[in-house]
Amino acid sequence: MIKFVNVTKRYAETGDVLRNVSFHLRRGEIAFLTGHSGAGKSTLLRLIAAMERCSRGQILLDGQDLSHAKENQLPFIRRKMGFIYQDYKLLQDRTVFDNVALPLVIAGFGHHEIARRVRAALDKVSLTGKEKKYPLALSGGEQQRVGIARAVVNKPPIIIADEPTGNLDPELSEEIMFLFGQFQQVGVTVLIASHDISLITQLNHRVLKLDHGQLVSS
Amino acid sequence: MKRANKNRIRKDPPVRPVRQDLRQTKTAGGNFVDKLNAYRDLHAHALFSSLGRLVASPFTSIMTIAVLAIAISLASGFHILVVNLQQLTGNLETSNQISLFLRDDVSDAHANKLADSIRQNASVQDVKLITRAQALAEFQTFSGFGAAINVLEKNPLPIVLQVLPKNSLEDKEGLETLLKNFQQSPEVDIAQMDLQWVERLQSIMAVARLFATLLNVMLGGAVLFIIGNTIRLELHNRRNEVVIAKLVGATSSFIRRPFLYTGFWIGFISGVSAWFIVTALMLILRQPVEKLSGLYEGGFHLLFLSFTETLALIGVSSALGVLGSWTVLIFQLKHTKPE
Repeated sequence: MIKFVNVTKRYAETGDVLRNVSFHLRRGEIAFLTGHSGAGKSTLLRLIAAMERCSRGQILLDGQDLSHAKENQLPFIRRKMGFIYQDYKLLQDRTVFDNVALPLVIAGFGHHEIARRVRAALDKVSLTGKEKKYPLALSGGEQQRVGIARAVVNKPPIIIADEPTGNLDPELSEEIMFLFGQFQQVGVTVLIASHDISLITQLNHRVLKLDHGQLVSS
Repeated sequence: MKRANKNRIRKDPPVRPVRQDLRQTKTAGGNFVDKLNAYRDLHAHALFSSLGRLVASPFTSIMTIAVLAIAISLASGFHILVVNLQQLTGNLETSNQISLFLRDDVSDAHANKLADSIRQNASVQDVKLITRAQALAEFQTFSGFGAAINVLEKNPLPIVLQVLPKNSLEDKEGLETLLKNFQQSPEVDIAQMDLQWVERLQSIMAVARLFATLLNVMLGGAVLFIIGNTIRLELHNRRNEVVIAKLVGATSSFIRRPFLYTGFWIGFISGVSAWFIVTALMLILRQPVEKLSGLYEGGFHLLFLSFTETLALIGVSSALGVLGSWTVLIFQLKHTKPE
Protein backbone atom coordinates (compact mmCIF):
# COMPACT_ATOMS: atom_id res chain seq x y z
CA MET A 1 0.00 0.00 0.00
CA ILE A 2 2.85 2.36 0.90
CA LYS A 3 6.12 1.51 -0.78
CA PHE A 4 9.37 3.50 -0.54
CA VAL A 5 12.18 2.52 -2.91
CA ASN A 6 15.56 4.12 -2.14
CA VAL A 7 13.96 7.45 -1.30
CA THR A 8 16.27 10.38 -0.69
CA LYS A 9 15.07 13.88 0.20
CA ARG A 10 17.59 16.67 0.01
CA TYR A 11 17.08 20.31 0.98
CA ALA A 12 19.47 22.91 -0.32
CA GLU A 13 19.91 24.36 3.18
CA THR A 14 20.23 21.22 5.33
CA GLY A 15 21.42 18.49 2.98
CA ASP A 16 19.97 14.99 3.01
CA VAL A 17 17.10 14.68 5.44
CA LEU A 18 16.20 11.19 4.24
CA ARG A 19 18.75 8.84 2.71
CA ASN A 20 17.96 5.67 0.75
CA VAL A 21 14.83 4.86 2.70
CA SER A 22 13.11 1.68 1.54
CA PHE A 23 10.16 -0.09 3.12
CA HIS A 24 6.86 -1.61 2.16
CA LEU A 25 3.68 -1.43 4.20
CA ARG A 26 1.09 -3.88 2.98
CA ARG A 27 -2.66 -3.60 2.90
CA GLY A 28 -4.08 -3.87 6.39
CA GLU A 29 -0.71 -3.49 8.06
CA ILE A 30 -0.15 -1.22 11.05
CA ALA A 31 3.27 0.24 11.83
CA PHE A 32 4.94 2.84 14.03
CA LEU A 33 7.37 5.34 12.61
CA THR A 34 9.80 6.41 15.27
CA GLY A 35 13.12 8.13 15.76
CA HIS A 36 14.67 11.07 17.58
CA SER A 37 13.44 14.54 16.68
CA GLY A 38 15.03 15.67 13.44
CA ALA A 39 15.46 12.11 12.24
CA GLY A 40 13.22 12.80 9.26
CA LYS A 41 9.82 11.57 10.48
CA SER A 42 7.92 14.68 9.45
CA THR A 43 9.72 14.82 6.11
CA LEU A 44 8.73 11.23 5.43
CA LEU A 45 5.11 12.04 6.26
CA ARG A 46 5.19 15.12 4.03
CA LEU A 47 6.44 12.96 1.18
CA ILE A 48 3.59 10.52 1.70
CA ALA A 49 1.10 13.40 1.85
CA ALA A 50 2.51 14.54 -1.51
CA MET A 51 3.22 17.97 -0.05
CA GLU A 52 6.76 17.57 -1.31
CA ARG A 53 8.47 15.39 -3.86
CA CYS A 54 11.46 13.18 -3.14
CA SER A 55 14.82 14.09 -4.63
CA ARG A 56 15.60 10.51 -5.65
CA GLY A 57 13.87 7.16 -5.51
CA GLN A 58 10.25 6.15 -5.88
CA ILE A 59 7.21 6.38 -3.64
CA LEU A 60 4.20 4.24 -4.49
CA LEU A 61 0.85 4.77 -2.86
CA ASP A 62 -1.76 2.18 -3.71
CA GLY A 63 0.19 1.54 -6.88
CA GLN A 64 0.48 5.18 -7.89
CA ASP A 65 3.90 6.68 -8.35
CA LEU A 66 4.00 9.96 -6.43
CA SER A 67 7.23 11.17 -7.98
CA HIS A 68 5.69 11.06 -11.45
CA ALA A 69 2.15 12.14 -10.61
CA LYS A 70 1.06 15.43 -12.14
CA GLU A 71 0.31 18.34 -9.83
CA ASN A 72 -3.42 18.14 -10.60
CA GLN A 73 -3.53 14.43 -9.74
CA LEU A 74 -2.15 14.94 -6.23
CA PRO A 75 -5.47 15.97 -4.62
CA PHE A 76 -7.03 12.73 -5.82
CA ILE A 77 -4.12 10.72 -4.44
CA ARG A 78 -4.47 12.52 -1.08
CA ARG A 79 -8.12 11.44 -0.93
CA LYS A 80 -6.88 7.89 -0.44
CA MET A 81 -5.31 8.89 2.84
CA GLY A 82 -6.66 10.09 6.12
CA PHE A 83 -4.35 12.35 8.12
CA ILE A 84 -4.42 12.69 11.88
CA TYR A 85 -2.31 15.31 13.66
CA GLN A 86 -1.02 15.97 17.13
CA ASP A 87 -2.59 19.44 17.05
CA TYR A 88 -5.78 17.99 15.45
CA LYS A 89 -5.81 20.66 12.71
CA LEU A 90 -9.52 21.33 13.10
CA LEU A 91 -11.25 24.43 11.79
CA GLN A 92 -12.22 26.34 14.93
CA ASP A 93 -14.93 28.38 13.25
CA ARG A 94 -16.84 25.33 12.03
CA THR A 95 -18.89 22.79 13.87
CA VAL A 96 -17.82 19.21 14.47
CA PHE A 97 -20.18 18.16 11.70
CA ASP A 98 -18.66 20.59 9.18
CA ASN A 99 -15.13 19.59 10.14
CA VAL A 100 -15.82 15.92 9.62
CA ALA A 101 -17.78 16.61 6.44
CA LEU A 102 -14.95 18.56 4.79
CA PRO A 103 -13.34 15.62 2.90
CA LEU A 104 -16.78 14.60 1.60
CA VAL A 105 -17.67 18.14 0.54
CA ILE A 106 -14.36 18.33 -1.28
CA ALA A 107 -14.97 14.97 -2.95
CA GLY A 108 -18.32 16.32 -4.18
CA PHE A 109 -20.79 14.13 -2.28
CA GLY A 110 -24.45 15.10 -2.11
CA HIS A 111 -25.63 16.38 1.25
CA HIS A 112 -27.75 13.34 2.17
CA GLU A 113 -24.77 11.09 1.63
CA ILE A 114 -22.57 13.51 3.60
CA ALA A 115 -24.95 13.56 6.56
CA ARG A 116 -25.16 9.76 6.58
CA ARG A 117 -21.42 9.23 6.43
CA VAL A 118 -20.56 11.93 8.96
CA ARG A 119 -22.97 10.41 11.46
CA ALA A 120 -21.46 6.98 10.87
CA ALA A 121 -17.92 8.31 11.38
CA LEU A 122 -18.86 10.20 14.54
CA ASP A 123 -20.61 7.10 15.83
CA LYS A 124 -17.44 5.09 15.29
CA VAL A 125 -15.41 7.48 17.48
CA SER A 126 -18.26 7.72 20.05
CA LEU A 127 -19.02 11.40 19.44
CA THR A 128 -22.67 11.02 18.49
CA GLY A 129 -24.64 14.05 19.59
CA LYS A 130 -21.72 16.48 19.42
CA GLU A 131 -22.25 17.41 15.75
CA LYS A 132 -23.28 20.97 16.45
CA LYS A 133 -20.51 21.76 18.93
CA TYR A 134 -17.44 23.78 18.04
CA PRO A 135 -14.01 22.17 18.51
CA LEU A 136 -13.03 24.55 21.33
CA ALA A 137 -15.99 23.33 23.38
CA LEU A 138 -14.56 19.80 23.35
CA SER A 139 -11.81 18.18 25.40
CA GLY A 140 -8.44 17.29 23.85
CA GLY A 141 -9.38 13.65 23.52
CA GLU A 142 -12.68 14.55 21.89
CA GLN A 143 -10.99 16.93 19.46
CA GLN A 144 -8.55 14.21 18.50
CA ARG A 145 -11.46 11.88 17.85
CA VAL A 146 -13.07 14.53 15.64
CA GLY A 147 -9.78 14.55 13.74
CA ILE A 148 -9.93 10.77 13.45
CA ALA A 149 -13.54 10.87 12.28
CA ARG A 150 -12.53 13.35 9.59
CA ALA A 151 -9.64 11.09 8.55
CA VAL A 152 -11.84 8.02 8.13
CA VAL A 153 -15.10 9.56 6.90
CA ASN A 154 -14.04 9.13 3.28
CA LYS A 155 -13.10 5.48 4.00
CA PRO A 156 -9.53 5.83 2.79
CA PRO A 157 -7.35 2.73 2.44
CA ILE A 158 -4.48 4.48 4.26
CA ILE A 159 -4.37 6.34 7.56
CA ILE A 160 -1.36 8.46 8.51
CA ALA A 161 -1.13 9.70 12.08
CA ASP A 162 1.49 12.19 13.26
CA GLU A 163 1.98 11.89 17.04
CA PRO A 164 -1.74 11.23 17.53
CA THR A 165 -1.37 10.62 21.25
CA GLY A 166 1.15 13.39 21.89
CA ASN A 167 -1.28 15.56 23.82
CA LEU A 168 -3.31 12.83 25.46
CA ASP A 169 -3.04 10.96 28.74
CA PRO A 170 -2.28 7.19 28.66
CA GLU A 171 -5.90 6.16 29.01
CA LEU A 172 -7.03 8.28 26.05
CA SER A 173 -3.98 7.14 24.08
CA GLU A 174 -5.03 3.58 24.56
CA GLU A 175 -8.51 4.40 23.36
CA ILE A 176 -7.12 6.01 20.22
CA MET A 177 -4.81 3.06 19.57
CA PHE A 178 -7.77 0.72 19.97
CA LEU A 179 -9.54 2.67 17.21
CA PHE A 180 -6.55 2.29 14.92
CA GLY A 181 -6.59 -1.44 15.60
CA GLN A 182 -10.21 -1.50 14.49
CA PHE A 183 -9.41 0.26 11.24
CA GLN A 184 -6.57 -2.16 10.59
CA GLN A 185 -8.96 -5.03 11.00
CA VAL A 186 -11.13 -3.83 8.15
CA GLY A 187 -8.06 -3.69 5.89
CA VAL A 188 -6.83 -0.12 6.36
CA THR A 189 -3.07 0.47 6.30
CA VAL A 190 -2.07 2.56 9.33
CA LEU A 191 1.22 4.41 9.80
CA ILE A 192 1.70 6.13 13.15
CA ALA A 193 4.60 8.49 13.77
CA SER A 194 5.31 8.49 17.48
CA HIS A 195 8.08 8.62 20.03
CA ASP A 196 5.88 7.27 22.82
CA ILE A 197 8.16 4.30 23.59
CA SER A 198 5.90 2.74 26.20
CA LEU A 199 2.98 2.74 23.80
CA ILE A 200 5.09 1.25 21.03
CA THR A 201 6.58 -1.57 23.11
CA GLN A 202 3.21 -2.32 24.64
CA LEU A 203 1.50 -2.83 21.30
CA ASN A 204 4.03 -5.00 19.53
CA HIS A 205 3.39 -3.67 16.04
CA ARG A 206 5.93 -3.31 13.29
CA VAL A 207 8.34 -0.40 13.96
CA LEU A 208 10.14 1.69 11.34
CA LYS A 209 12.96 3.49 13.08
CA LEU A 210 14.68 6.47 11.52
CA ASP A 211 18.09 7.67 12.61
CA HIS A 212 19.61 10.72 10.93
CA GLY A 213 17.57 10.16 7.81
CA GLN A 214 18.27 6.46 7.48
CA LEU A 215 15.99 3.59 8.26
CA VAL A 216 17.78 1.56 10.93
CA SER A 217 15.09 -0.99 11.60
CA SER A 218 11.95 -2.04 9.85
CA MET B 1 -18.18 0.56 2.27
CA LYS B 2 -18.64 -0.67 -1.26
CA ARG B 3 -16.09 1.78 -2.60
CA ALA B 4 -13.57 1.00 0.10
CA ASN B 5 -13.84 -2.70 -0.67
CA LYS B 6 -13.14 -2.08 -4.32
CA ASN B 7 -9.98 -0.32 -3.31
CA ARG B 8 -8.84 -3.31 -1.40
CA ILE B 9 -9.21 -5.97 -4.07
CA ARG B 10 -5.64 -5.96 -5.31
CA LYS B 11 -3.08 -7.64 -3.08
CA ASP B 12 0.23 -6.27 -4.20
CA PRO B 13 0.47 -2.77 -5.63
CA PRO B 14 1.63 -2.75 -9.23
CA VAL B 15 4.55 -0.48 -10.01
CA ARG B 16 2.75 1.56 -12.66
CA PRO B 17 0.24 4.25 -11.81
CA VAL B 18 -3.29 2.95 -12.16
CA ARG B 19 -5.59 5.44 -13.85
CA GLN B 20 -8.68 3.47 -13.01
CA ASP B 21 -8.21 4.18 -9.33
CA LEU B 22 -7.97 7.88 -9.97
CA ARG B 23 -11.27 7.86 -11.84
CA GLN B 24 -12.91 5.93 -9.11
CA THR B 25 -12.00 8.58 -6.58
CA LYS B 26 -13.07 11.34 -8.92
CA THR B 27 -16.54 9.93 -9.45
CA ALA B 28 -17.18 9.17 -5.81
CA GLY B 29 -20.39 10.47 -4.33
CA GLY B 30 -23.37 8.92 -6.03
CA ASN B 31 -25.06 9.52 -9.36
CA PHE B 32 -24.65 12.36 -11.80
CA VAL B 33 -27.59 14.43 -10.56
CA ASP B 34 -26.32 14.19 -6.97
CA LYS B 35 -22.88 15.34 -8.09
CA LEU B 36 -24.34 18.19 -10.09
CA ASN B 37 -26.43 19.31 -7.13
CA ALA B 38 -23.42 19.04 -4.85
CA TYR B 39 -21.40 21.17 -7.28
CA ARG B 40 -24.13 23.79 -7.44
CA ASP B 41 -24.36 23.77 -3.64
CA LEU B 42 -20.59 24.30 -3.41
CA HIS B 43 -20.82 27.37 -5.62
CA ALA B 44 -23.84 28.74 -3.80
CA HIS B 45 -22.12 28.16 -0.48
CA ALA B 46 -18.91 29.87 -1.64
CA LEU B 47 -20.94 32.78 -3.04
CA PHE B 48 -22.82 33.46 0.17
CA SER B 49 -20.16 32.51 2.69
CA SER B 50 -17.66 34.89 1.07
CA LEU B 51 -20.23 37.69 1.26
CA GLY B 52 -20.85 36.69 4.87
CA ARG B 53 -17.14 37.00 5.62
CA LEU B 54 -17.06 40.51 4.18
CA VAL B 55 -20.03 41.48 6.32
CA ALA B 56 -18.47 39.84 9.38
CA SER B 57 -15.51 42.23 9.27
CA PRO B 58 -17.28 45.43 8.23
CA PHE B 59 -14.50 47.89 9.05
CA THR B 60 -11.87 46.22 6.86
CA SER B 61 -14.38 45.62 4.08
CA ILE B 62 -15.64 49.20 4.07
CA MET B 63 -12.09 50.60 3.98
CA THR B 64 -11.11 48.44 1.02
CA ILE B 65 -14.36 49.01 -0.85
CA ALA B 66 -14.22 52.78 -0.24
CA VAL B 67 -10.74 53.04 -1.77
CA LEU B 68 -11.79 50.93 -4.73
CA ALA B 69 -15.07 52.80 -5.21
CA ILE B 70 -13.22 56.13 -5.31
CA ALA B 71 -10.70 54.81 -7.83
CA ILE B 72 -13.46 53.38 -10.01
CA SER B 73 -15.59 56.52 -9.78
CA LEU B 74 -12.59 58.64 -10.81
CA ALA B 75 -12.19 56.49 -13.90
CA SER B 76 -15.86 56.47 -14.82
CA GLY B 77 -16.21 60.13 -13.87
CA PHE B 78 -13.58 61.13 -16.38
CA HIS B 79 -15.20 58.89 -18.95
CA ILE B 80 -18.56 60.60 -18.53
CA LEU B 81 -16.84 64.00 -18.73
CA VAL B 82 -15.39 63.09 -22.12
CA VAL B 83 -18.76 61.75 -23.25
CA ASN B 84 -20.36 65.07 -22.32
CA LEU B 85 -17.69 67.10 -24.12
CA GLN B 86 -18.16 64.91 -27.15
CA GLN B 87 -21.82 65.80 -27.10
CA LEU B 88 -20.79 69.44 -27.70
CA THR B 89 -18.72 68.60 -30.75
CA GLY B 90 -20.60 65.54 -31.88
CA ASN B 91 -22.79 67.15 -34.52
CA LEU B 92 -19.76 68.76 -36.17
CA GLU B 93 -17.90 65.61 -36.82
CA THR B 94 -19.15 64.85 -40.31
CA SER B 95 -18.83 68.41 -41.54
CA ASN B 96 -16.30 69.07 -44.30
CA GLN B 97 -18.01 72.05 -45.79
CA ILE B 98 -16.46 75.32 -46.88
CA SER B 99 -17.98 78.57 -45.66
CA LEU B 100 -17.74 81.56 -47.97
CA PHE B 101 -18.25 84.85 -46.15
CA LEU B 102 -19.28 87.36 -48.82
CA ARG B 103 -18.35 91.03 -48.90
CA ASP B 104 -20.74 93.51 -47.30
CA ASP B 105 -21.64 95.10 -50.64
CA VAL B 106 -22.91 91.88 -52.15
CA SER B 107 -26.71 91.81 -52.32
CA ASP B 108 -28.92 88.80 -51.64
CA ALA B 109 -29.79 88.52 -55.34
CA HIS B 110 -26.18 88.63 -56.38
CA ALA B 111 -25.38 86.00 -53.76
CA ASN B 112 -28.10 83.77 -55.19
CA LYS B 113 -26.59 84.02 -58.64
CA LEU B 114 -23.17 83.24 -57.24
CA ALA B 115 -24.56 80.19 -55.46
CA ASP B 116 -26.10 78.98 -58.73
CA SER B 117 -22.81 79.34 -60.57
CA ILE B 118 -20.93 77.48 -57.85
CA ARG B 119 -23.49 74.68 -58.07
CA GLN B 120 -22.37 74.19 -61.70
CA ASN B 121 -18.88 73.33 -60.43
CA ALA B 122 -18.29 69.61 -60.90
CA SER B 123 -16.60 69.13 -57.55
CA VAL B 124 -19.41 70.76 -55.58
CA GLN B 125 -22.32 68.73 -54.31
CA ASP B 126 -24.53 71.46 -52.90
CA VAL B 127 -24.55 75.09 -51.91
CA LYS B 128 -26.67 76.57 -49.16
CA LEU B 129 -27.27 80.27 -48.93
CA ILE B 130 -27.62 81.94 -45.55
CA THR B 131 -28.94 85.47 -45.84
CA ARG B 132 -28.08 88.19 -43.37
CA ALA B 133 -31.48 87.88 -41.71
CA GLN B 134 -31.19 84.11 -41.36
CA ALA B 135 -27.70 84.44 -39.95
CA LEU B 136 -28.89 86.96 -37.41
CA ALA B 137 -31.75 84.74 -36.28
CA GLU B 138 -29.41 81.77 -35.96
CA PHE B 139 -26.86 83.83 -34.08
CA GLN B 140 -29.46 85.08 -31.64
CA THR B 141 -30.65 81.55 -30.96
CA PHE B 142 -27.35 79.77 -30.47
CA SER B 143 -24.59 82.16 -29.54
CA GLY B 144 -25.85 83.51 -26.27
CA PHE B 145 -25.15 87.08 -27.41
CA GLY B 146 -28.61 87.70 -28.82
CA ALA B 147 -29.22 90.65 -26.56
CA ALA B 148 -25.86 92.21 -27.42
CA ILE B 149 -26.55 92.16 -31.13
CA ASN B 150 -29.89 93.86 -30.71
CA VAL B 151 -28.02 96.89 -29.46
CA LEU B 152 -26.32 97.31 -32.83
CA GLU B 153 -28.13 99.46 -35.34
CA LYS B 154 -27.11 97.48 -38.39
CA ASN B 155 -26.86 93.75 -38.90
CA PRO B 156 -23.09 93.10 -38.89
CA LEU B 157 -23.36 89.57 -40.22
CA PRO B 158 -22.33 88.80 -43.79
CA ILE B 159 -24.07 86.56 -46.29
CA VAL B 160 -22.66 83.06 -46.05
CA LEU B 161 -22.56 80.40 -48.73
CA GLN B 162 -22.10 76.95 -47.31
CA VAL B 163 -20.49 74.80 -49.95
CA LEU B 164 -20.62 71.08 -49.57
CA PRO B 165 -17.85 69.58 -51.74
CA LYS B 166 -18.35 66.31 -53.55
CA ASN B 167 -15.00 65.00 -52.46
CA SER B 168 -14.90 63.18 -49.23
CA LEU B 169 -12.71 64.23 -46.35
CA GLU B 170 -9.82 62.15 -47.62
CA ASP B 171 -9.12 64.23 -50.70
CA LYS B 172 -7.43 67.11 -48.92
CA GLU B 173 -5.61 68.50 -51.95
CA GLY B 174 -8.83 68.72 -53.94
CA LEU B 175 -10.44 70.63 -51.08
CA GLU B 176 -7.46 72.99 -50.86
CA THR B 177 -7.68 73.81 -54.59
CA LEU B 178 -11.39 74.41 -54.29
CA LEU B 179 -10.76 76.69 -51.32
CA LYS B 180 -8.14 78.70 -53.23
CA ASN B 181 -10.45 79.15 -56.21
CA PHE B 182 -13.18 80.53 -53.97
CA GLN B 183 -10.76 82.88 -52.27
CA GLN B 184 -9.89 84.44 -55.64
CA SER B 185 -13.47 85.28 -56.58
CA PRO B 186 -14.19 88.99 -55.97
CA GLU B 187 -17.43 88.56 -54.02
CA VAL B 188 -15.79 86.39 -51.38
CA ASP B 189 -14.33 88.10 -48.34
CA ILE B 190 -13.17 85.03 -46.45
CA ALA B 191 -13.26 81.41 -47.55
CA GLN B 192 -12.92 79.08 -44.63
CA MET B 193 -12.76 75.35 -44.48
CA ASP B 194 -14.82 74.22 -41.49
CA LEU B 195 -12.80 71.06 -41.55
CA GLN B 196 -9.75 72.80 -40.10
CA TRP B 197 -11.25 73.75 -36.82
CA VAL B 198 -13.35 70.61 -36.70
CA GLU B 199 -10.10 68.73 -37.05
CA ARG B 200 -8.51 70.76 -34.28
CA LEU B 201 -11.44 70.17 -32.02
CA GLN B 202 -11.39 66.50 -32.89
CA SER B 203 -7.71 66.25 -32.04
CA ILE B 204 -8.37 67.87 -28.69
CA MET B 205 -11.17 65.39 -28.11
CA ALA B 206 -8.92 62.53 -29.23
CA VAL B 207 -6.31 63.61 -26.68
CA ALA B 208 -8.97 63.81 -23.99
CA ARG B 209 -10.28 60.38 -24.95
CA LEU B 210 -6.78 58.91 -24.92
CA PHE B 211 -6.13 60.50 -21.56
CA ALA B 212 -9.38 59.01 -20.25
CA THR B 213 -8.36 55.59 -21.56
CA LEU B 214 -4.91 55.81 -19.99
CA LEU B 215 -6.44 56.96 -16.72
CA ASN B 216 -8.90 54.05 -16.85
CA VAL B 217 -6.11 51.56 -17.50
CA MET B 218 -4.04 52.96 -14.63
CA LEU B 219 -6.93 53.03 -12.20
CA GLY B 220 -7.92 49.55 -13.38
CA GLY B 221 -4.40 48.42 -12.54
CA ALA B 222 -4.68 50.04 -9.12
CA VAL B 223 -7.97 48.23 -8.51
CA LEU B 224 -6.34 44.97 -9.56
CA PHE B 225 -3.47 45.44 -7.12
CA ILE B 226 -5.66 46.56 -4.23
CA ILE B 227 -7.95 43.55 -4.64
CA GLY B 228 -4.94 41.27 -5.06
CA ASN B 229 -3.44 42.54 -1.84
CA THR B 230 -6.73 42.19 0.00
CA ILE B 231 -7.01 38.57 -1.14
CA ARG B 232 -3.37 37.95 -0.18
CA LEU B 233 -4.15 39.10 3.37
CA GLU B 234 -7.31 37.04 3.43
CA LEU B 235 -5.31 34.02 2.28
CA HIS B 236 -2.79 34.67 5.02
CA ASN B 237 -5.55 34.84 7.63
CA ARG B 238 -7.12 31.63 6.41
CA ARG B 239 -3.90 29.76 5.85
CA ASN B 240 -4.87 27.04 8.28
CA GLU B 241 -8.07 26.37 6.42
CA VAL B 242 -6.25 26.18 3.08
CA VAL B 243 -3.68 23.74 4.45
CA ILE B 244 -6.34 21.48 5.94
CA ALA B 245 -8.39 21.52 2.76
CA LYS B 246 -5.26 20.62 0.80
CA LEU B 247 -4.50 17.72 3.13
CA VAL B 248 -7.93 16.20 2.78
CA GLY B 249 -7.62 16.26 -1.00
CA ALA B 250 -9.01 19.59 -2.14
CA THR B 251 -8.19 20.50 -5.72
CA SER B 252 -6.74 23.92 -6.48
CA SER B 253 -10.05 25.06 -7.92
CA PHE B 254 -11.85 24.06 -4.73
CA ILE B 255 -9.41 26.08 -2.63
CA ARG B 256 -9.50 29.05 -5.00
CA ARG B 257 -13.29 29.20 -5.24
CA PRO B 258 -14.17 31.06 -2.01
CA PHE B 259 -11.36 33.57 -2.58
CA LEU B 260 -12.46 34.19 -6.16
CA TYR B 261 -15.97 34.86 -4.90
CA THR B 262 -14.56 37.25 -2.29
CA GLY B 263 -12.75 39.09 -5.09
CA PHE B 264 -15.95 39.12 -7.11
CA TRP B 265 -17.96 40.61 -4.25
CA ILE B 266 -15.37 43.28 -3.48
CA GLY B 267 -15.27 44.28 -7.17
CA PHE B 268 -19.04 44.13 -7.55
CA ILE B 269 -19.83 46.17 -4.43
CA SER B 270 -17.11 48.70 -5.32
CA GLY B 271 -18.56 49.02 -8.83
CA VAL B 272 -22.07 49.62 -7.51
CA SER B 273 -20.74 52.14 -4.95
CA ALA B 274 -18.79 53.91 -7.71
CA TRP B 275 -21.98 54.19 -9.74
CA PHE B 276 -23.70 55.85 -6.80
CA ILE B 277 -20.76 58.21 -6.29
CA VAL B 278 -20.67 59.24 -9.97
CA THR B 279 -24.44 59.66 -10.12
CA ALA B 280 -24.42 61.73 -6.92
CA LEU B 281 -21.68 63.98 -8.34
CA MET B 282 -23.63 64.38 -11.58
CA LEU B 283 -26.79 65.29 -9.68
CA ILE B 284 -24.84 67.94 -7.80
CA LEU B 285 -23.38 69.27 -11.09
CA ARG B 286 -26.59 69.11 -13.09
CA GLN B 287 -28.18 72.36 -12.01
CA PRO B 288 -25.09 74.57 -12.30
CA VAL B 289 -24.23 73.06 -15.68
CA GLU B 290 -27.72 73.53 -17.08
CA LYS B 291 -27.76 77.05 -15.76
CA LEU B 292 -24.45 77.70 -17.52
CA SER B 293 -25.79 76.13 -20.67
CA GLY B 294 -28.86 78.31 -20.37
CA LEU B 295 -26.69 81.43 -20.21
CA TYR B 296 -25.31 80.50 -23.61
CA GLU B 297 -28.81 79.72 -24.87
CA GLY B 298 -27.46 76.27 -25.68
CA GLY B 299 -29.32 73.01 -25.78
CA PHE B 300 -26.71 71.24 -23.71
CA HIS B 301 -27.97 68.62 -21.30
CA LEU B 302 -25.77 66.72 -18.89
CA LEU B 303 -25.51 63.06 -19.90
CA PHE B 304 -25.57 60.50 -17.07
CA LEU B 305 -24.12 57.00 -17.21
CA SER B 306 -26.27 55.02 -19.61
CA PHE B 307 -27.64 51.58 -18.88
CA THR B 308 -24.91 49.92 -20.96
CA GLU B 309 -22.22 52.03 -19.32
CA THR B 310 -23.57 51.11 -15.89
CA LEU B 311 -23.50 47.43 -16.79
CA ALA B 312 -19.96 47.80 -18.14
CA LEU B 313 -18.85 49.67 -15.01
CA ILE B 314 -20.15 46.98 -12.65
CA GLY B 315 -19.11 44.15 -14.96
CA VAL B 316 -15.55 45.40 -15.35
CA SER B 317 -15.22 46.05 -11.59
CA SER B 318 -16.40 42.52 -10.80
CA ALA B 319 -14.12 41.04 -13.46
CA LEU B 320 -11.15 42.98 -12.06
CA GLY B 321 -12.01 41.59 -8.62
CA VAL B 322 -11.96 38.03 -9.89
CA LEU B 323 -8.84 38.61 -11.98
CA GLY B 324 -6.97 40.30 -9.13
CA SER B 325 -7.67 37.48 -6.71
CA TRP B 326 -7.00 34.81 -9.31
CA THR B 327 -3.54 36.23 -10.08
CA VAL B 328 -2.60 36.30 -6.41
CA LEU B 329 -3.98 32.81 -5.79
CA ILE B 330 -1.96 31.33 -8.65
CA PHE B 331 1.26 32.58 -7.09
CA GLN B 332 0.46 32.22 -3.40
CA LEU B 333 -1.33 28.87 -3.18
CA LYS B 334 1.71 26.94 -4.36
CA HIS B 335 3.59 28.09 -1.29
CA THR B 336 0.83 27.35 1.16
CA LYS B 337 1.87 24.04 2.68
CA PRO B 338 1.78 22.55 6.15
CA GLU B 339 4.91 22.93 8.26
